[in-house]
Amino acid sequence: MTPAQTYPARRDDVRLLVIDPVAASFAETRTTALPALLRSGDLLVVNDAATLPASLRGRDAQGREVEARLISLADEARGADPLFWAALLGAGDWHQRTEDRPLPPPLAPGDRLTFGSLAAAIVAHAPLSPRLVALHFDVSGDALWAALYREARPVQYSYLAHELPLWAVQTVYAGRPWAFEMPSAGRPLSWETLLALRGRGVHWAALTHAAGLSTTGDPTIDAALPLPERYEIPAATAIAIAEAHRSGGRVIAVGTTVVRALEGAVAAHGTLRPGSGTTDLRIGPHFRPRVVDGILSGTHAEGESHFALLGAFAKDDLLRDAAAFAEARGFHTHELGDSMLIARGVLRDPDTLHRHTFASSLTPSAIGPQTSLRIGAPH
Amino acid sequence: MTTSNTTKTNDLDGMSALVTGGSRGLGRALGQALADAGARVVLVARDAGPLEEAVAAIRARGGQAHGVAADVGDLDAAFAIAGQAAALVGPVDLLINNASTLGPAPLRLLLDTECEDLSRALAVNLVGPFRLTKAIAGSMVMRGRGTIVNISSDAAVEAYPRWGAYGASKAAVDHLTRTWAAELADTGVRALAIDPGEMNTAMHAQAMPDADPATLADPVRVAAQIVAWLAASPVVPSGTRARVRAGGVQPREGAS
Repeated sequence: MTPAQTYPARRDDVRLLVIDPVAASFAETRTTALPALLRSGDLLVVNDAATLPASLRGRDAQGREVEARLISLADEARGADPLFWAALLGAGDWHQRTEDRPLPPPLAPGDRLTFGSLAAAIVAHAPLSPRLVALHFDVSGDALWAALYREARPVQYSYLAHELPLWAVQTVYAGRPWAFEMPSAGRPLSWETLLALRGRGVHWAALTHAAGLSTTGDPTIDAALPLPERYEIPAATAIAIAEAHRSGGRVIAVGTTVVRALEGAVAAHGTLRPGSGTTDLRIGPHFRPRVVDGILSGTHAEGESHFALLGAFAKDDLLRDAAAFAEARGFHTHELGDSMLIARGVLRDPDTLHRHTFASSLTPSAIGPQTSLRIGAPH
Repeated sequence: MTTSNTTKTNDLDGMSALVTGGSRGLGRALGQALADAGARVVLVARDAGPLEEAVAAIRARGGQAHGVAADVGDLDAAFAIAGQAAALVGPVDLLINNASTLGPAPLRLLLDTECEDLSRALAVNLVGPFRLTKAIAGSMVMRGRGTIVNISSDAAVEAYPRWGAYGASKAAVDHLTRTWAAELADTGVRALAIDPGEMNTAMHAQAMPDADPATLADPVRVAAQIVAWLAASPVVPSGTRARVRAGGVQPREGAS
């Protein structure tokens, strides 16, 4: 599958690959059909982190080009004077793949970097790689945030046709700027869709998860991604999850960050508790989710790290067949690409109109004016 | 000024509020009154100097305040303002779109108004607040609570000669307020419009240099009345347009 290079004309109208792990089947529709695919009592959990401009381009004291991509907040306790972890890249810009970029100059703790009007000192290296450094900026509080929003740009992707502005990397429910890259699984959700879901009795709830970088170009760092990420689960969200499970509804995580936060919280405490924490949970095919029943995510091709995570929700052969089907149908991947929904019963639910469509395959209007459901089956 | 202390209430305690046009006049007074009531306040204004002064004044009285220097009429500013505000005080619970421009100054007849002046009035008074609301209200709906306040004007209702650009922008803001309220019904998020009346502010002096300041309301007093109204229980229903006059806040549209 190829990446989508431009922002879709309508955020909520992209292709949707629907996978039912129990029915062992998959189908194609569009994200506008989401309200018809879920049922009363289901719960959609989103990551409401806004996306920071996390890419700073500047120079070291010798005038050598450096890009710092912020990856996490190193020390919450510093409050108004935070310390950020950042991955360092060398000369060039986002048009090049991170792995093709020249190495940054060798820098040590004490070295200073300037990004336009914003200056910072490297205060530490991570043991993982000399390119993963703790940055302390010369300003703090109001002035720091002003400088970040003035000097930094959202992290870009080499496959893009045009640079993404700040608005284009936000979800429609974004709050605190905790994410260093867009929690892109939620990008296709519009308020039209969210309010239509609520109209059908589907609930939604939010948590905040500090999504880090998807790639840095440093093989050592990239092999270790995602690094530990902080999250905050509001009491209302924990209650909504308990209620959904009590009433037989499905808990659908919008994105891998939501899976990490919820399953990470359960792994840490044995049960889902509201509150904040940091998780280093890694999710793969052998992981058995205890809270999350399904996932809405971007489409991922075999071999991508996110694809392995999907294995927690459906069997490998079903995922492979579905991915091959999506490939043949021309689905696009990555941050601006098409979506997939994996949830039990989603193609076998007598309550949803699409079952009728499934049976007849001929009445696209049953799930929306612009949708059609194309059915594939595992080989 | 101590007037705002009389409205001291806990109803806004712990809330986060964002006020545009926060460095002077009504906006500055609203920021102070909200901070006095216990809110964490972010003031937005174009000029860093007066903005820092307004923030320092609130902090000197023990309030929590932050400044974001930005022009709400700038196409690219909304998401940067929203991001900085949420980083500083958390997701915004109360958004007050107060920043305004008169358009042509001194005020001109429509036949003498440059298209650019009308465009600027619409950019600052209408499109800017729309964009900022769009950047902030989604988080309110997701959390199921929040209040959007659009500062309106008598000129939104009455067709005063020479107030055409400003009046048209404010009439449109009133209409957007009602539409926000209609679309956000049952989400827990309120949209309100308020006409603060004639106040002794720099903007009023710019519009009507010959007016006697003694006949004009003190913005500090008006801000206190607005904050008390916002904190009132039971809550003012979404979609309400109110006027502040000598007798207090009048929550119904009447003849001007």
